[in-house]
Amino acid sequence: MTIDVVDTTEALPARPGQPLRLLLRSRSGMAGLVIVGVLLVVALAHALGLVGYDPLAQMATIRLQGPSAAHLFGTDQFGRDVFSRVAAGVVNTTRIAVVAVTVATVVGTAMGVVAGFYLKGPDAVISGVTNVLFAFPPLLLALSLASVMERNWFTVAVAIAIVYIPIFIRVARGPVMSLREIEYVRAAVSTGQSRLAIMLKHVLPNITSIIIVQVSLSLSWAVLTEASLSFLGLGTPPPAPSLGSMIYEARTLMYVAPSTMIAPGVVVVLLVVGLNLLGDGLRDALDPRNRGVS
Amino acid sequence: MSSTTWRRVARRILSMLGTLLGVAVLVFIMLRAIPGSQITAGLGTEAAALTPEQRAALEAYYGIDKPLVVQFFGWLGNVLTGNLGFSSSSQVSVATLTLSALPVTFELAVLSILLALVIGIPLGMLSASKPDSARDALGQVVGLAGLSVPSFLLATVLMSFLSAQLGFNPNGEAYATLLEDPVRNLRQMLLPSLVLGFGIAAPIMRTTRTALLDVRSQDFVRTARAKGVGARRLQVRHILGNALVPIVTMTGLQFGYLLGGAVVVEQIFSLPGIGRQVLLGIQAKEYAVVQSTVLIIALSFVLVNLATDLAYRIIDPRVRAE
Repeated sequence: MTIDVVDTTEALPARPGQPLRLLLRSRSGMAGLVIVGVLLVVALAHALGLVGYDPLAQMATIRLQGPSAAHLFGTDQFGRDVFSRVAAGVVNTTRIAVVAVTVATVVGTAMGVVAGFYLKGPDAVISGVTNVLFAFPPLLLALSLASVMERNWFTVAVAIAIVYIPIFIRVARGPVMSLREIEYVRAAVSTGQSRLAIMLKHVLPNITSIIIVQVSLSLSWAVLTEASLSFLGLGTPPPAPSLGSMIYEARTLMYVAPSTMIAPGVVVVLLVVGLNLLGDGLRDALDPRNRGVS
Repeated sequence: MSSTTWRRVARRILSMLGTLLGVAVLVFIMLRAIPGSQITAGLGTEAAALTPEQRAALEAYYGIDKPLVVQFFGWLGNVLTGNLGFSSSSQVSVATLTLSALPVTFELAVLSILLALVIGIPLGMLSASKPDSARDALGQVVGLAGLSVPSFLLATVLMSFLSAQLGFNPNGEAYATLLEDPVRNLRQMLLPSLVLGFGIAAPIMRTTRTALLDVRSQDFVRTARAKGVGARRLQVRHILGNALVPIVTMTGLQFGYLLGGAVVVEQIFSLPGIGRQVLLGIQAKEYAVVQSTVLIIALSFVLVNLATDLAYRIIDPRVRAE
């Protein structure tokens, strides 16, 4: 499992609106948007009760059936509808990934900006914490944290968020360190504006594009981590469906009812591929070197 | 070495020690936050039937009746003197467990990295040789697959398929070390290192591609070509040579991740590695096992990062001259 860190050597403001147009023009960005969009629409339609069944409802008479019109992806060993479980699993996984990455983005960016802007004491403390968190292989840290906390979807999200906070600190800190030397920031300091106002008005907007790219790449990794944790039995607690635990349960059913393995497997890969493509597209769209190309 | 170099090395080691102390504190706090203690883990629901005296005796036995600070320094002092604690479920010391688990994970990590380099670097070179062509697309698709297919999915499917179709299931047998039975050992390492190597090949491939494209567009390459350097020498000596730094960085990073991040694959293929030791410790709520093992993994991770930094000095004269 890899953590992709955005190259933060260049932090220039993007003209609003333009990145979106570039993203829509980039083939990988579009493909990613479509894949993720379709998966989420289907999952939300299920969550709203428009398609499928209750993912927990057991029907003893229809166990381990193959795909049919009534059960698109067949049924599992308890006669539960695999399609509904996959759809609910997507919602679960996405919810955890989104909460985890949001927490990591807010906390990590704030700490990174403070460290890069003040340097000295605050930087020493924040960088120390970052180094400690970076000394763990990411999956191991998420695993240890998830095992410590009481298990529910939110604590899993927090565990993943803690792993990702140092990444956002590093991504934000570098460009802020160079931004604080730029004339308009120094001018703002000398006119006596408050530090907080300067950070919010002059510093933060200039690092949004790198943060956005890091967010989309982090989402794909967060989905993979949640799935791995659930596979190991340390993610979303049962009976709530999760893509990882579905794959774990299906490993002995692969030959009896292949769809119990194929459905969650293909969906988790599609979700991650979609998020990765979206991230790549965003990176290209927000890369200053690609700007002005029309 | 000059005195400034020594000073830099000393500062680096000091900050490393600080980081490790932080790691120790974090691990300690984390494990003490677990709901349920070693007593409830060992006795299950019967723990409720303990009299207060029995409970106090057990707490004293496990050392969890003392204040947290005392517990922490007691543990740290033990670790520093080589006493990593005792695993009550397997009835051996954690040091013994770790000494047998570390070589397993290390071998797995080395094999996986080798496979990843063998797949990733040529693929990256192929992709970079003609950007936006069909072969670039091929490289990119393989790279995307490596990044997106979860290792547990690949491992599960591969193992079920091969054992059912070909009867190939070397990981069903008891684990053999490289010295005990090299053939069986390598057969058992084959699938796990393929799974991990495939996943790591992706970032290696991407890094190689980006670095090659980056270096190729620089002025010195044009100059070299203009003064008549041969195509092969230009590719290897001038372009690949200069693109090595990011590739080495990525390789070192991935190697470090593997030391603790191979948990899932070790678990699926029943390899008695260090990641699995953590997982089993977590399941048995054995504080000593998890604490010491995680600390050792973090130590190796920090050491691998240090080694990566030193490798720059060898491959990049600019870093050496600094």
